[in-house]
Amino acid sequence: MAGRLLTRGMIAGVVAAFLAFLFARIFGEPQVNLAIAFESAKDLAAGEPPEAELVSRGVQASFGLLTAAVMYGAAYGGIFATVFAFAYGRVGRFSPRALSALLAAAAFVVFVLVPDLKYPPNPPAVGLPGTINLRTETYFGMILLSLCAAVASFMTGRPLVRRLGAWNGTLVSIVMFIALIAAVQSGMPDINEVPTDLPATVLWRFREAALGMQIVLWATIGLIFGPMAGRILDEQAGRTGSAMEKL
Amino acid sequence: MSQSLSSNSHSGSIVAPVAIPISALVPWAIFTIVLSLLLLYFVGAEQGATSLISGHEVHEFVHDGRHLLGFPCH
Repeated sequence: MAGRLLTRGMIAGVVAAFLAFLFARIFGEPQVNLAIAFESAKDLAAGEPPEAELVSRGVQASFGLLTAAVMYGAAYGGIFATVFAFAYGRVGRFSPRALSALLAAAAFVVFVLVPDLKYPPNPPAVGLPGTINLRTETYFGMILLSLCAAVASFMTGRPLVRRLGAWNGTLVSIVMFIALIAAVQSGMPDINEVPTDLPATVLWRFREAALGMQIVLWATIGLIFGPMAGRILDEQAGRTGSAMEKL
Repeated sequence: MSQSLSSNSHSGSIVAPVAIPISALVPWAIFTIVLSLLLLYFVGAEQGATSLISGHEVHEFVHDGRHLLGFPCH
């Protein structure tokens, strides 16, 4: 049954990725194109030859974007279902649908919102090639630290829920998460490589689209995985139930 | 029977969710996490800071996705 649940998680992630792709295609691609136009204009002014296209813009914006979204969705769908499988029946008494929605919201905060607050998504034309190692390390490090802060707050919160009740215990746990993240993020290096003449609206619209794409992805995973998992868990409960009746 | 109880939120009785045994989960969890991390690596970091495959084709193919999904690029 664990295997079936995890497969369903990946399927939910792939379905969600198709919707996220549509969103990104409509709202993200225009901003990507504007940023590339800005970059090319600057290169031209500096007398640099235009970059050779290994993969055409058309492919990047369609099959490339879709492939990236599907791989990302399948990956996070699998991770999401793993967490769900451990949490179900152990954390609170949530129905599969409620647990799925709650976990998806939490995963969005931990894996996307918190890392993005420190290291927001950037369009092409932003970012110095020389700092790619530093930027990769800090970005993935931030995701890992966000996950660690979430686990620490959750572990601290569990006994508090028993002592203070579900509402107050959860609130203390959330406050602890925010405090940990604030401390971690003020200690991590700042990276600001946005060219001063990049139009602010392009940057803002791009980041809106990037965040919107993630909201579409996680909302879809959270809403469609719940009923899928519920059916599997019900079947399993039914089988165990009838086996016990026979005994 | 179980179907009607757990999917009908109007009924008074709520079936307590039954946890899946940890021993049944661990092998699947490890498999899924490894596969997922591999997928995320290829979308987010291959031919950027590190390269398993030479060239720039992978990077260029997932280029727009990499930017829009928030990974560092270039």
